[in-house]
Amino acid sequence: MQETGRQKVLWTIGIVVVILYALIPVIWIASLSVKDPATLAEGGFWPKKFSLENYKGIFDSSDFVYALLNSIGIAMIATLISIFLAALAAYALSRLEFRGKSVILAGSLAIAMFPPISIVGSLFEVWRTLGLFDTWAGLIIPYMTFTLPLAIYTLSAFFREIPWELEQAAQIDGATPFQAFQKVIVPLAAPGVFTAAILVFIFAWNDFLFATVLTSTNSSRTVPAALAFFTGDSQFSDPTGAIAAAAVVVTVPIIIMVLIFQRRIVAGLTAGAVKG
Amino acid sequence: MAEIALQDVTKRYPDGFEAVKHMNLDISDGEFMILVGPSGCGKSTALRMIAGLEDISDGKLVIGGETVNDLAPKDRDIAMVFQNYALYPHMTVRENMGFALKLAKTDKGEIDRKVGEAAKILDLEQHLERKPANLSGGQRQRVAMGRAIVRDPSAFLMDEPLSNLDAKLRVQMRTEVARIQQSLGTTMVYVTHDQTEAMTLGDRVAVMRGGIIQQVASPKELYERPKNLFVAGFIGSPAMNFMPGRIEGDSIKLPFGDAKLPDELRQRLEAGDGGKAREVIAGVRPEHFEAAEIAGAEHAGVRFKTKIDVLESMGSELYAYFTIEGQTQSDQLTELAEDAGLSDLPGAENASQVVARLDPEADVRQGAEADLILDTSKIQLFDPDGGKSLTVG
Repeated sequence: MQETGRQKVLWTIGIVVVILYALIPVIWIASLSVKDPATLAEGGFWPKKFSLENYKGIFDSSDFVYALLNSIGIAMIATLISIFLAALAAYALSRLEFRGKSVILAGSLAIAMFPPISIVGSLFEVWRTLGLFDTWAGLIIPYMTFTLPLAIYTLSAFFREIPWELEQAAQIDGATPFQAFQKVIVPLAAPGVFTAAILVFIFAWNDFLFATVLTSTNSSRTVPAALAFFTGDSQFSDPTGAIAAAAVVVTVPIIIMVLIFQRRIVAGLTAGAVKG
Repeated sequence: MAEIALQDVTKRYPDGFEAVKHMNLDISDGEFMILVGPSGCGKSTALRMIAGLEDISDGKLVIGGETVNDLAPKDRDIAMVFQNYALYPHMTVRENMGFALKLAKTDKGEIDRKVGEAAKILDLEQHLERKPANLSGGQRQRVAMGRAIVRDPSAFLMDEPLSNLDAKLRVQMRTEVARIQQSLGTTMVYVTHDQTEAMTLGDRVAVMRGGIIQQVASPKELYERPKNLFVAGFIGSPAMNFMPGRIEGDSIKLPFGDAKLPDELRQRLEAGDGGKAREVIAGVRPEHFEAAEIAGAEHAGVRFKTKIDVLESMGSELYAYFTIEGQTQSDQLTELAEDAGLSDLPGAENASQVVARLDPEADVRQGAEADLILDTSKIQLFDPDGGKSLTVG
């Protein structure tokens, strides 16, 4: 379709509006984070005086550093376990015919639909009894549970795209079913694996609800929860600058991750497997 | 090196459908055996059972003297080439071809040597470091063959390996396959849809229909002495012409006129049912027609005049299409027509088209009357009820 000049202008305006709408709060947070603590309340959009005081402040506080380490550890472990289990489950769902297949799919979808807020109260009690309260495992388990359905769905869609013949060729070539899975299917489903991994990681990284309810100390509190407990230097000072700096710090890893994996999430990795 | 024997092998799916029914086939060591038939005839299923990709419901599969029904594909020492090649897209050509050896924990030098050898045979040496996505269809096909050759298996299984290539390349690769099989001398089971491949490649050909082997014979035997209507119609291009006929005494009434039956055939018919008058389906190969002035007046056969509807010149031969009255009814022929996609074509009521292959020098013109001779000694007769050949015992 030939675009007219008018359409082009309208499109450009539309795109600019959307980008501004999405980015202004982010820019504002970034701008706040580099404002000198004394000028924070001035209200101007751009910082008048550039300062890294806020960043220095949060990295000096052990609360934030612990929270950051907790966040990284918990999110990564949850992602690894979730993707490993989801890959096996998705492979079975996409390749095998077995009883209860639809029940499993429907069940996992139901879990994904389940509002976390409705279980978090009882989970708190159960975790306290089991000794999981305020531990890494105590957060990893619910993160894994809530992300598995999505990961299974994403991965099984990718697995279904991979021609059966490739596995059969591997079998004929002498591979055991697990070798075929590991050496042929997983490498080919890599874009799917990365997509699912990013989704799981972001879920775990961003979660606030479980992180506030199921933790109580630095030993497992993650950044989103820790942010809520930030205090100013004194009882009367406002921690706005520190919160802004911390928000920027936790956003950066996500952006970097997406940028790295985006390269891997390229379509057409299976090109050439079978006739074009 | 191994012989393969299918003994009463049946494939039954959970819904009760039998894709292969009581198949018996002995493939000797080093033989090039072709399984051919229309879509859904069970040829691929049979091959996949030999490969171990499908369970065998009933019967016994013996490879190299050992019953392998319950062995996994990897323990059967066979290599397979898939219709869509099934190359591993994330591996280079070298890795693709060496994958089986790597899994078998062959040492690296040995893998390189074997891959190098196969690449040389297949003319792939300059492509070893490329990925399948960067190869042409013909090259991918050769890599798929290379992957099989490198293994040095006791048998090759090929599932329509050439069907994805364009026509010209297919002819070239066909000779290539024949050359490779000859030089390696390995047992080969080759599944194809294409009767030309079957005729040109195989030592023996098994024609299948509806999960049942119709006839196993050399290509020449299949062409000259088909056991039933299905084999007769499937083998040969252009296909054999079929027309209704009626046997009365020692002659047969054909749409072109009456012809005397060859003695041998008459004796056989008499031995069968005492030579009663009966309806038959007559089959005539296109090359058994000739223009009268080319064949010569003294030629024994039925001479008739007909209007040529369409004339196709192939350079070395002419295909003349004309119409005769009367149609043949047989489920075997209907199935063949459906497979060839002909069943939807509009056809005149109670008439059928006949194709004749004529000498390029013949003086025939489209739309004009032509004077043709049919060599009646070559006519094949079939029982309209069941399609069994009356000509071949």
